[in-house]
Amino acid sequence: MSTKLFTFKGGVHPPTNKTLTQNVPIENAVDPKVVVIPLSQHIGAPCDPLVAVGDTVKVGQKIGESKAFMSVPVHSSVSGTVKKIEQHYVPNGSKVNCIVIESDGNFEVYESVQPKGNIEDLTKEEILSIIKEGGMAGMGGATFPTHIKLSPPKDKPIDVLLVNGAECEPYLTADHRIMLEKPELVLLGVKAIMKALGVDKCFIGIEKNKPDAIEIIQKAVEGQEGIEVAPLEIKYPQGDEKRIINAITGRIVPSGGLPMEVGCVVENVGTVATIGNIFKTGMPLIQRVVTVSGSAVQNPKNLYVRIGTSYKDVIEQCGGYKEEPGKLISGGPMMGFAQFTDEVSVIKGTSGILAFSKKEADLGEPSNCIMCGRCLEACPVHLQPYKISRYSIQKNFDAADEFHAADCIECGGCSYICPSKRPLKETISVAKKEILARRRKVK
Amino acid sequence: MENKLIASSSPHIRSNETTQGLMLDVIIAMLPALVASVFYFGFNSVVLVVASVISAVITEYICNKLMKKSVSIGDLSAVVTGILLAFNIPASAPWWLPVMGSVFAIAIVKQIFGGIGFNIVNPALAGRAFLMSSWSTHMTGGFIDPVTDAVSAATPLTLIKGGSTGQLPSIFDMLLGNIPGCIGETSAILIILGGLYLIYRGTIKWIIPVFYIGTVAVLALIFDGGSMALYHLFGGGLMLGAFFMATDYATSPITDKGKIIYAVGAGALTILIRKIGGYPEGVSYSILLMNVITPLINKYVTPNVFGVAGGKNEK
Ligand code: SF4
Ligand code: SF4
Repeated sequence: MSTKLFTFKGGVHPPTNKTLTQNVPIENAVDPKVVVIPLSQHIGAPCDPLVAVGDTVKVGQKIGESKAFMSVPVHSSVSGTVKKIEQHYVPNGSKVNCIVIESDGNFEVYESVQPKGNIEDLTKEEILSIIKEGGMAGMGGATFPTHIKLSPPKDKPIDVLLVNGAECEPYLTADHRIMLEKPELVLLGVKAIMKALGVDKCFIGIEKNKPDAIEIIQKAVEGQEGIEVAPLEIKYPQGDEKRIINAITGRIVPSGGLPMEVGCVVENVGTVATIGNIFKTGMPLIQRVVTVSGSAVQNPKNLYVRIGTSYKDVIEQCGGYKEEPGKLISGGPMMGFAQFTDEVSVIKGTSGILAFSKKEADLGEPSNCIMCGRCLEACPVHLQPYKISRYSIQKNFDAADEFHAADCIECGGCSYICPSKRPLKETISVAKKEILARRRKVK
Repeated sequence: MENKLIASSSPHIRSNETTQGLMLDVIIAMLPALVASVFYFGFNSVVLVVASVISAVITEYICNKLMKKSVSIGDLSAVVTGILLAFNIPASAPWWLPVMGSVFAIAIVKQIFGGIGFNIVNPALAGRAFLMSSWSTHMTGGFIDPVTDAVSAATPLTLIKGGSTGQLPSIFDMLLGNIPGCIGETSAILIILGGLYLIYRGTIKWIIPVFYIGTVAVLALIFDGGSMALYHLFGGGLMLGAFFMATDYATSPITDKGKIIYAVGAGALTILIRKIGGYPEGVSYSILLMNVITPLINKYVTPNVFGVAGGKNEK
């Protein structure tokens, strides 16, 4: 292992608060009595239901699918009876069609769920189809359909796979625990993806605050040609796709471009391990590791939760609320979504559930920008957040565009660091949305 | 419980650094120099500083009320301005002099433009310039010599300007502050100490002080030679200006590159004023001038956006 640490320019160092759960082994969540499984848990076309009210289903059975290319199927996480198909809120704040299944408590596995055999014996196409049929979408939170990421156009040759084990969001330890407890699944997933992409180089980037994970993954990949661990500096947002590419390979993804333009594909380590699990057991993505933490949670834990379980049930298993929460977050504190209810379902992208006390939820009142320049230094894209934010507030979106508001990755570093507590990312996001909407119109 | 959850946009955490905390750091950094001034010049320096601070805070409060804005005195920036302004006044001055300066600095220079962050020039320096033009005898005629206690002693820089270099105090005295001068610009060593504290705390960056002082040093060496160069560095308000005034956030460039341009410019102007201008001192006017250019620097010296033309691709 080289002692060199990889990193990028910019970024912030929020308190990681990971000690709450980093040494807590993954625990199976209590079996849910009812699951509410959204038919859209990914970016792209929502699925159509394949089952009707009254049907019985089994664990791993496909219950939703779309004909669109930009979509992934969803599967049942329990065995039981379909009770309803109706609209529910999902953690990103939208309302989507969901299949409500009452569990019979038996967890009978669907017949077609079978190990997929050796990766060496499978073709590229077979691997991609298994990944798609497994319901894979990016589990770091972005939920981009995995098979699409792994099928770049012919004119964009990929030469390196980057596995993101940075887990730079504070509080979250799900990926950390996966690396510690399931290194063989990570390796299996890596091999599958490398074969699908036809690449012979893979770096697994891990922040150096997880020395145990670095060691275990290093051991797991020992002797595997082309697979290497890349220790990363501890910095947020080290796990952002373009930052991790820049840190490890030195390549710069052009503004508005995708990683494939510089020959890279980045997959989150949780996604990779789940892919490994699909090949090993045949079980599609119906369960995921979720970090449940925050100042208002009684016993913070890492839980292996069935998709469709309600946040409320998950928090109850962690001893419930320690005090009345002021904020409930789906994902990490830097980029996660605040929820207005705990009656939403865990979905494929739910990396964490955080409950903050009223005190922790209070972010203070914004005051004048004092031009301290901290937001510029924090911005991993090297934007001028204070300026773009000002233009956005003035609704001068042309000026915001001129200063590359659309390149903002919404990491929140600027808002985090601002001593005047200005809502920088929040206002820049507004400008970004507006600018992208206009561009679409022009096209 | 549902309705009580805050559903605001991410990020959901904030660093614990606040504007108030930053200003408090600046105040702490100035305290040693203040104590030294009492030691060298007597109790009147405290009277002047207190009068200056109180009037600055009251003026800010009244302006907030008149302009129907939320009261901003809690951020402590008015306190900083008050202290800095008093630091630029001779210790023998009457109490009303800093009061005039503070009212001008806060009302005209800071609040009319929109309060903290919106002022074009450094309020304390503008206040000083205002006092210089209105009551120049009080501003330049009453320096106390800490050794003899005589009033109206000439500062080391006036001596240099007048060509009486034979009467200059020792460099050691200059470092300690055992020389005639304004309240805050005497003890170079304590000002540097305060400045280092601010750099250590991350309140200010090292770039402006280092490039500013460095430029003055190099130019003084070229023009006046080695022994005089030290007087240029430790005499007058260079250290105070470089660490505490040129680093003012709102009136100095926001990028590192911009800060370098600004600091080198201020250093060159300082020597220019001292060598060929009408004043023995050049720090405050050079900073004021660079303050005015800062928006321009901020406009043209900007960071290279990641992935936008110009960024190297090392593939
Ligand atoms: S401007 Fe965007 S990319 Fe830059 S720090 Fe703020 S949120 Fe992150
Ligand atoms: S961090 Fe906040 S106060 Fe500082 S320049 Fe940016 S917006 Fe202004």
